[in-house]
Amino acid sequence: MSGSHDKDLQSASARLLKQSHSRWYEWLFWAVALSLFVIFGDFIPGVPTRLMLLTEIVTLALLALSIDLVLGFAGIVTLGQGAYFGLGAYVAALLAKGGAGTFPMSDPVIGLLIAGLVTGVFGFVTSFLVLRGSDLTRLMVTLGVALILSELANQMRWLTGGADGLNGVMPSAVLGIWEFDLWGRVAYLYSLAVLFICFWLSRRIVNSPFGLSLKAIKNNPLRARAIGVPVNARLVAIYTIAAALAGIAGALLAQTTQSASPDMIAFHRSADGLLILVFGGAGYLYGGLIGAAAFRVMQDVIGNITLQYWQFWLGAVLVALVIFVRNGIIGMMVAGWARLRKGDGQ
Amino acid sequence: MANLLELRDISAGYGEAVVLNHVSLALPEGQSLALLGRNGTGKTTLINTIVGLTRRREGSIFLSGQDITRLRPDQRALAGIGWVPQERNIFRSLTVDENITAIATKGPWTMERIYKLFPRLAERRSNMGNQLSGGEQQMLAVGRALALNPRVLLLDEPTEGLAPIIVDELLQALRTIVREEGLAAIIVEQSPRKILPLCDQAIILDRGQVAYQGTSEDLTNAPDILATLLGVAERGAAPAH
Repeated sequence: MSGSHDKDLQSASARLLKQSHSRWYEWLFWAVALSLFVIFGDFIPGVPTRLMLLTEIVTLALLALSIDLVLGFAGIVTLGQGAYFGLGAYVAALLAKGGAGTFPMSDPVIGLLIAGLVTGVFGFVTSFLVLRGSDLTRLMVTLGVALILSELANQMRWLTGGADGLNGVMPSAVLGIWEFDLWGRVAYLYSLAVLFICFWLSRRIVNSPFGLSLKAIKNNPLRARAIGVPVNARLVAIYTIAAALAGIAGALLAQTTQSASPDMIAFHRSADGLLILVFGGAGYLYGGLIGAAAFRVMQDVIGNITLQYWQFWLGAVLVALVIFVRNGIIGMMVAGWARLRKGDGQ
Repeated sequence: MANLLELRDISAGYGEAVVLNHVSLALPEGQSLALLGRNGTGKTTLINTIVGLTRRREGSIFLSGQDITRLRPDQRALAGIGWVPQERNIFRSLTVDENITAIATKGPWTMERIYKLFPRLAERRSNMGNQLSGGEQQMLAVGRALALNPRVLLLDEPTEGLAPIIVDELLQALRTIVREEGLAAIIVEQSPRKILPLCDQAIILDRGQVAYQGTSEDLTNAPDILATLLGVAERGAAPAH
């Protein structure tokens, strides 16, 4: 019987694994992201370098991905991911600054791992606060945690540099080989590689039985609990993982911009992350990535046209998206694809 | 025979309202119990109390001699209580496969066996929960409960609102589960005709209290009790085993 069960579990896992295999369009997505390096990396005459903007998009995408794990898959409404993002940024910046460009303290990869670990631990501790209450309570609790951290960063001047933040952050070469350059080439490739790894891990998580149980919890936590899903333990686990990912995103931004400031831990980070996810579409993983690109490019373009009113137009687009499209840009694409296939079928 | 599930003097309800009044029952290992009663007599409340979803005021619940009264619903489920709720409550955004895999635990009820029991589900294993018919949803709810490899299965009106042909298919599966596999079960039904032939024991609830407790066979042959407590006319009484 045990052999039969093991075989059964294996076949269930194999089916889930097959589901989680990347489709051609996913590889296309990553190929496009990589090709942007060539297009905007100052290799083509006449095309301006935009790698710093692209690197920022990648970090925002990672922040949105972390929010997608908790909101899109587990149904936890949060305004607190900015706190983990900022904490990760400060941890990485302090390490790099303390190491003064020398291995191992200033090593970017070690910095990322430590930032992820610290924010993961902080996420674990604070996760118990979000287990109680409704969506509104969770929203307030996560916002409260973010505000506390933001104020701490502002007040602990001796450690964080207060309102001025930390400057002179000098991470050493990535893996001891690639130094961060002026054009942001290493920064972009490094950030993209980190995003890819974190995305791949998230993909495995959501396509595992653990991920399915998160979806079940999102469907109906009471029902999920009654049929044997340990709801609290699963929510704590995913909240901790998401906090670690947000911390890594913050650490990436600190390392690539070589600074950490209160702006990185401010409330608007959480709001931006949530906005990006709504823009892109929650519960797809790619929503955060596409949303980050759309959000930041739109911000850039609208900002160039009307610097004073860019937020107005951004707000208008968001309202239109929410009213006319279900589940953001990806939702729009999925609906369009379904309509196309239906048309083909007729 | 040792009792697998035992309720001692349970009183429970919702908010201030007390629905169950000092209910006691015992279910031995490998036996099945038909829980009967008219609408609003407390059948679903009793099941929900065993699962841990209602407010218990008094009494205790034991599973294999272990007091599970203070356990959370998920802890009770992992201890061996499988629940098929009245509303089926399948996860609509998950496929049939995913609904089962999400909670599957190690034990004799593998996916292979569940699909063998419900071939109709096997055909629709890639369909989303919201693409299933009512009967298929009910089969999935039973299959999902089995995937937890429970020691006792609680089924709350499993045939309610289903087409007669689906009811027959489901009853056949339940017969396999309780008669051939020997899984202990409590099956809630309003109609004794469907369920008494499947069960060893029967309990009738009336206004939150146990009004009848005995073997299914005795109840089948007691048309006066069926008529008084369930409103079943003599000619409509359940057939003998």
